[in-house]
Amino acid sequence: MAAETARSWHEIVQQTLKRNEITLVPYVPDRVLTPLIKNLHADPYFNVFSTAREEEAVGIVAGAWMGGMRGAVLMQTSGFATLANVLASLVVPSQIPLVMFVSERGTLGEFNIGQSLVCRTMRPVLDSLAMEHHTCTRLDEFEFITDRSIKQAIATQAPVALILSPLLTGGSKKLDK
Amino acid sequence: MNTSPARNTKVMNRFDLTSRLVAKLKNEEAVVGGIGNTNFDLWATGQRAQNFYMLGSMGLAFPIALGVALAQPKRRVIALEGDGSLLMQLGCLSTIATLKPKNLAMVVMDNGVYQITGSQPTPAAASADLIGIALASGLTNSSWAADEEDFERLIEQSLVSDGPMLIGVRIDDKPGTGNTRRDPVQIRERFMQGLGVR
Ligand SMILES: Cc1ncc(C[n+]2csc(CCOP(=O)(O)OP(=O)(O)O)c2C)c(N)n1
Repeated sequence: MAAETARSWHEIVQQTLKRNEITLVPYVPDRVLTPLIKNLHADPYFNVFSTAREEEAVGIVAGAWMGGMRGAVLMQTSGFATLANVLASLVVPSQIPLVMFVSERGTLGEFNIGQSLVCRTMRPVLDSLAMEHHTCTRLDEFEFITDRSIKQAIATQAPVALILSPLLTGGSKKLDK
Repeated sequence: MNTSPARNTKVMNRFDLTSRLVAKLKNEEAVVGGIGNTNFDLWATGQRAQNFYMLGSMGLAFPIALGVALAQPKRRVIALEGDGSLLMQLGCLSTIATLKPKNLAMVVMDNGVYQITGSQPTPAAASADLIGIALASGLTNSSWAADEEDFERLIEQSLVSDGPMLIGVRIDDKPGTGNTRRDPVQIRERFMQGLGVR
C-alpha cells in the first residue's frame, strides 16, 4: 500500500493510459497539468501534442478512434466550456468513447470570478447530455476511477469526463494562470 | 459569387470536383466530408464505406481527418471542407503543419459564403486568401487549383505526396446535390467497417 500511495496523480494517469492502450494525447494546457504533459512528452509510448482549441483535439481523437487508435484529451475547465457543440453534435450522437481529463479550476480557493463562473457551467453541460463524469478528489481512489472509467467508456461506446479536483492535484499555486 | 481577391482561378462546381476526386480513389482512401454541402455532394457521389459524413461540428473536417490519418498511416485520407467552416478552425492548419502527416490531403471549397445557411458572405470573402493563410501556417504544399484539370493533377499528387497537402478550389453558388441520411451511429459504424477497424 505504501508504494501505491507514493505514486503521484500524474503517474497514475500516465500508467493508466498505457494500460488501456491510449497513445494519442492532444491537449490545450493548464498549469496544473504541466508535470503530466511533460512526462507524456518524454515517454515515446505517447503521441502527445498541443492543439489550438480543445474542440480540435476532440475532433482529432474522434477521428483516431474511428481509425482504430485510442486517445484522450487534456484541458482545463475553461477549455471544457468550449466543447458543448462538439459533444452534442459529434461525440454523443456518434457514440464515440472520448476520454477527457479536465483540470478543475474555479473552485476551492479561486479568486478569479471568471474562472469560478466558467466552472459552474461544466457539470450542467455534462448532465444535460447524460454524460458520465467523475470528480476525482482522492489519490487512493484515483486509479480505480480512471481505469474503470476508461474501460467503461470503450465497452459502452460513451464519452467520459474525469475532473481533476484541486483536492487531488493540489490545484494551482498561481490561481490566475 | 466570389468577391474574394482576384485570382487566376476558374470558378468550378463542388459536385463535379467531388466526383472527379472520388473517381481517382482506387485504394480505399478515407474521405471526410464537412458539415453541409461538402458532405451532401460527397454523399451524392456514391456512399463509399470509407466516407465519413459530418452532421454538425462546423470546422472539424480537417481535425477528424487528421485523427484518421494518424491512426492509419498507410491509408490516404482526404478531407473536404467549406471555406466558412475552415475559418472557424484555422488553428488546425498549424497543428497539421507541425505534425506533417504524410497521408493527409485537404480540399477547401471556397464559395465565399455560408451557403447552407442562406449564402451570407464570410468575413474572409472580400479580404483573406485561405491558401495564403495555410501557407503562412506552415502548410507549404498549399495551392489554388486553376481549373478542373489542375485540380485532378493536384489530387493525383496528393495521393502519393510525402507530406500534407491543401488544395483550394473556387466554386459556384450551386447548392449541394445529395441529402445525407442523418444517422450518426450508422455513419460512424459504416466508416469504421470501411476502415477495417470493425
Ligand atoms: C458553431 C456553429 N455555428 C454556426 C452553425 C450554423 N452553420 C451550419 S453550416 C454553416 C455554414 C457553413 O459554411 P461553409 O463551410 O462555407 O459551407 P457552405 O454552406 O458554403 O457549403 C453555418 C453557419 C453551426 N452549425 N455551428
